[in-house]
Amino acid sequence: MPLEIIKFSSDEKYKKKVMEISGQNFHKCYQCGTCSGSCPMAEHLTILPRRVMALLQLGVKEELDKSNTPWTCASCHTCMVRCPRGIDIAKVMEALRLIRLRQNINQIEPSNLTKKEIVGLPQIAMVSGFRKLTS
Amino acid sequence: MKISYYPGCTLKTKAKNLERSALACFDVLGIDYEELPRWNCCGAVYSLADDDLLHIIAPVRDLIRVKERGHDTVMTLCSMCYNTLARANELMKNDEKKRYTINTFMDEEPDYAGEVKVVHFLDYLRDVIGWDKLREQIKVPLNDLKVAPYYGCTLLRPREVALDHPDNPTIMQTFLETLGTTVVNFPSATVCCGSYQVLGNPDAALKVSHGILNDAVKHGAEALALACPLCDYNLGFRQDAILNNFPDAREIPVYYFTQLLAVALGTDPAVSHFELNRAGSVQLLKSKKFISGTAS
Ligand code: SF4
Ligand code: SF4
Ligand code: SF4
Ligand code: SF4
Repeated sequence: MPLEIIKFSSDEKYKKKVMEISGQNFHKCYQCGTCSGSCPMAEHLTILPRRVMALLQLGVKEELDKSNTPWTCASCHTCMVRCPRGIDIAKVMEALRLIRLRQNINQIEPSNLTKKEIVGLPQIAMVSGFRKLTS
Repeated sequence: MKISYYPGCTLKTKAKNLERSALACFDVLGIDYEELPRWNCCGAVYSLADDDLLHIIAPVRDLIRVKERGHDTVMTLCSMCYNTLARANELMKNDEKKRYTINTFMDEEPDYAGEVKVVHFLDYLRDVIGWDKLREQIKVPLNDLKVAPYYGCTLLRPREVALDHPDNPTIMQTFLETLGTTVVNFPSATVCCGSYQVLGNPDAALKVSHGILNDAVKHGAEALALACPLCDYNLGFRQDAILNNFPDAREIPVYYFTQLLAVALGTDPAVSHFELNRAGSVQLLKSKKFISGTAS
């Protein structure tokens, strides 16, 4: 198989920001794939957690920006309890979410909920959903 | 000694069946409790950002209220409240710098350093009451009820607040065995139900919830026991959508663990508010003669 050599530049500022917010050093990741294999949301993610770590190591912000992964992660912490390198991947996902949410961009619009949804949803769903998916 | 009881917002409304059944059990078991005065919502999810202390304030305020009452323990029933309060407590205990910042920020409140113990009713049953003592109190053994214990995430992860081993927990099994049920272990017991993705990505959440229920049914379960109102919403309330969307789905009653305990302790079924569960839930208990035919 021919290898394609592509050119990209690592976004160091972005990497630093993810490290600061998450408090995690994703360079410790040795790409074992345990996180991806453990993720209950895996089939719904455009980029699996292992690859998120690889892209962060390389600083490829554009790819991560396009991904639905931080928005589909359920913060279930399964990856985190199993990572042999002790990386809190759930915190890395939170950092990816927050970098976007802190620009005042909502992932879901609370005002778009229908009356039926508001009446039917338990508080715990709305409080946690708004905490995770709105700015 | 008296302990504080922290209800959380959902238990006062949509999950009244969790609260009321649990409080009835507290009375039977002689647990001396007081509902925490001026409690506020804990925020449901613990902040995972290193630079965000603002969202830790709410759960810490609740812990300060407990300390003010002179109680050394606060009891939770909702898994997510447990997780959020327990993690905030660990932070205040172990992170000197953040503790200082939070205490300084809340200068109207007394300082807090993690003096209170956050427990969930399940580990209180195991560690304080004890399974043997609990067994002695069982009036209506739930014999032949095949129940799958469902833990979800927040009782078991992360490790610092886990009630039991994150991958191989037994606490809910032992609890259900103590009630006399036939425990059905299944691989999805610790798989997330989709959680708040019911808002962000409802189809994905529905599919993971379906996978969990299907797994329980395939292993021979007649019912599921759980401890979290969000799990109950995803796995219980949304079963109609699951049944409509997945041809291989089968209906299965979902109970709060406290409802099964309340029935086994012989309390009036009215305290368990089965009208908030799926219709088949109370029918199953009636058909097994655990409760009488007139209870709704
Ligand atoms: S489990 Fe940890 S080490 Fe393995 S790929 Fe995932 S982040 Fe990297
Ligand atoms: S925390 Fe997110 S990424 Fe990790 S296993 Fe759970 S859903 Fe997947
Ligand atoms: S975890 Fe849920 S039920 Fe508990 S207080 Fe928070 S939002 Fe309310
Ligand atoms: S399974 Fe879902 S709702 Fe239940 S505790 Fe886990 S995240 Fe929360």
